[in-house]
Amino acid sequence: MAKQLHPTPNLDELEKGPWPSFVTGLKRLAKDKDYMVDVLGHLEHSYKTRKGYWKGGTVGVIGYGGGVIPRFTEIKNEKGEAVFKDAAEFHTIRIMPPPGMHYDTGTLRKFCDIWDQYGSGLIALHGQSGDIMLQGCTSENVQPAFDAINEMGFDMGGAGPAVRTSMSCVGAARCEQSCYDEAKAHKMVVNTFLDDIHRPALPYKFKFKFSGCGNDCMNAIHRADMAVIGTWRDNMRTDDELGKKWFAKHGMNELVNDVVSRCPTKALQIKDAKDVRKGGDISSVALDDTQCLEIDNKDCVRCMHCINVMTGALAPGKDKGASILIGGKSHLKIGSLMGTLVVPFMKLEKDEDYQQLVELAQTIIDFFAENALEHERTGEMIERIGLVNFLEGIGLDIDANMVTNPRMNPYVNTGDWDEEVAKIKAKKAAA
Amino acid sequence: MAQAQRRAVECGVPDPAPFMHPSLLKNKGNWKYHDRPRPGVLHHVSHSGDQVWSVRAGTQRQMDTYTIRTLCDIADKFGEGFVRFTIRSNIEYILADQKKVDPLIAELEKHGFPVGGTGNSMSMVAHTQGWLHCDIPGTDASGVVKSMMDELYHEFKNEEMPNRLHLSTSCCEINCGGQADIAVIIQHTKPPKINHDLVANVCERPAVVARCPVAAIRPALVNGKPSLEVDEKKCICCGACYPPCPPMQINDPEHSKLAIWVGGKNANARGKPQIMKMVASGLPNNAPRWPEVNKVVGDIIKAYKADARPWERLSDWIDRIGWPRFFEKTGLTFTKYLIDDWRGSRANLNASAHVRF
Ligand code: HEM
Ligand code: SF4
Ligand code: SF4
Ligand code: SF4
Ligand code: SF4
Repeated sequence: MAKQLHPTPNLDELEKGPWPSFVTGLKRLAKDKDYMVDVLGHLEHSYKTRKGYWKGGTVGVIGYGGGVIPRFTEIKNEKGEAVFKDAAEFHTIRIMPPPGMHYDTGTLRKFCDIWDQYGSGLIALHGQSGDIMLQGCTSENVQPAFDAINEMGFDMGGAGPAVRTSMSCVGAARCEQSCYDEAKAHKMVVNTFLDDIHRPALPYKFKFKFSGCGNDCMNAIHRADMAVIGTWRDNMRTDDELGKKWFAKHGMNELVNDVVSRCPTKALQIKDAKDVRKGGDISSVALDDTQCLEIDNKDCVRCMHCINVMTGALAPGKDKGASILIGGKSHLKIGSLMGTLVVPFMKLEKDEDYQQLVELAQTIIDFFAENALEHERTGEMIERIGLVNFLEGIGLDIDANMVTNPRMNPYVNTGDWDEEVAKIKAKKAAA
Repeated sequence: MAQAQRRAVECGVPDPAPFMHPSLLKNKGNWKYHDRPRPGVLHHVSHSGDQVWSVRAGTQRQMDTYTIRTLCDIADKFGEGFVRFTIRSNIEYILADQKKVDPLIAELEKHGFPVGGTGNSMSMVAHTQGWLHCDIPGTDASGVVKSMMDELYHEFKNEEMPNRLHLSTSCCEINCGGQADIAVIIQHTKPPKINHDLVANVCERPAVVARCPVAAIRPALVNGKPSLEVDEKKCICCGACYPPCPPMQINDPEHSKLAIWVGGKNANARGKPQIMKMVASGLPNNAPRWPEVNKVVGDIIKAYKADARPWERLSDWIDRIGWPRFFEKTGLTFTKYLIDDWRGSRANLNASAHVRF
């Protein structure tokens, strides 16, 4: 039995309504833990005064420079003592989950046991960066809690100017749209940078995210410094049986309004079966015995829309890999940026292919470490130095896929134009 | 100190295989198609002929160990002892046996976990830290999310939206919640109040000066002590100076407001990914249930639901109907603050005679 609860009239309002209530969960923990009684009091004080009262500090585990988010209370009496003394320290430990966030219940129960023993009993599954966030621990208990978690085979995530915890979509494990082994790429790439995760020494944070197709379920293009987005370069696969099944259920109006007219590049046409074009770049799927949907794969930009609507009838091709974009970030400080395409296609099939991805990541991190200013994300760095300098720095060839359109102003010295053309032609000839 | 110091085993990201449901492991990379027998359930079919049913349920994300153990008990009873989580903190149970789907749903709902969040429903709000744990929050996160999900419970449990609908919240302008179809983000409206007594001890002054996006901060001597001052005419109240220098208090119970953003889209489907746009601000930080915010979010969702065509995400819908009609249909007011004047802003102005009447 813990001490008596503080009155929490504001938080009590959040026990009402049908959605699962975190307040009810906190109160259940507070039955046994003085710690949580005071955490509830602390949070109620924020609700009442509409301000936050945690400040940072330095807490860590032996050997690592980051991964613990220290929190000390700022609600103090005149003598400078913590008003909610059992919640004077409320640190978070960030732990990297398995790619795809799969768990067996034994593992989750072990986390619960450890966090009941050493922490508050509050676990967030998961943080927006993808961590298991064990929330609420005293300075003293951080080390034993981490030791126990580390014994389970789990490791600390990133914080500060470091490579951060990564996320990959469920992908190959349960999604027919998947174009590479997201979990394998995630694990191989991130585990290459453990030193940069655990000992923050980069100019600023660096995030990797892995999505198996253009649906980008991990929001990688906007949220990652390096986004790995699955794609394919041969023709879309089709399945006539599933095509007919879809058409019988949905009909011509939906086919026209929801599929054909929504293709961003007008790559789709409805054809009589006999009129479907022959040729290496054309796929088609039967709708009934006389009609087909024809796909011009040279026009398709792999946006995924038609495949999402007619899943199974249409599917990504077999020559699979990923497009890579660099430099996504949120508002601070120059405004939101989407990543920029720097590799239109990298094959991801054999171990060597994945190794090549790791090497590219390494090159980019090295360049970032050397060239970014303090507190500058990759997107801001590229904006400052220009895409061409970035590409030359990391040794990637330019490609017209990298632009929405070519330059719209004359303010550049094109004096070496002929040499550039000759260089590119020579390179192409040699390839 | 009886115990020897233990050094961390730098094991990194674990191999997911031991944590995966056996059917997922067996059919990895070999899935053929899926359909949705009902909201909250995905049915995947493999090229091998194997099938799995995934049942998705909402959680409060900030979970106590009792809740997690309850979810585990349910998995042991119905789900062969495996679960996974989605990016939006939903839990998924994977079943190789269709007969267990209905009993599992009944058990989840009995324990208060709503089943839904699939396809063209509204999924759980992407969630940040807020007053519960962050050191710079202008508002809470868990409470805002809870009050929004209570209001929009029906939309989580049913697939009645034109397309999927993703929401996020962020308790400062840093926007950890990320962009979304509809995002609720703190918007400060007063420059930081500086506690000059503390600046010299706590802040690295050149670093703070460099952090300001509009160069509004300069070093100054205040009452004979080295401190900082802010050109309040220049200051855009972004709060970027606050994390490196907590004495530059930006949070204010009254003047830290909430803004609403719409049309963020991360998928490449149809149009390219889109950055969200601000459409309302000045909403009060009205804990514990933020009714004014919920009203605006609800109005936007109602208008989208009524008017968008199948497969139109919120941004696709606005692309079709145009901004004037968006403001008309949602009842929001277009003000001068919504005309961009930040860098690259002219690209956001209408350079054509395209007008919808
Ligand atoms: C001072 C303190 C800060 C605190 C306490 C803080 C806290 C957090 C937390 C708890 C998360 C979720 C982490 C996880 O999943 O493990 C997060 C994510 C995030 N943070 Fe921060 N943050 C801070 C500063 C910043 C700054 C300065 C920026 C940007 C310039 C930023 C941008 C983000 C973004 C964009 C995410 C979402 C990441 C993603 O979607 O992958 N944060 N932050
Ligand atoms: S990103 Fe693509 S492959 Fe990954 S889960 Fe989403 S739809 Fe599937
Ligand atoms: S995937 Fe290709 S064909 Fe299909 S809608 Fe997108 S661009 Fe068009
Ligand atoms: S959005 Fe801001 S206040 Fe909220 S958790 Fe992120 S950094 Fe903290
Ligand atoms: S709030 Fe933003 S604009 Fe104002 S002084 Fe601080 S960093 Fe500069």
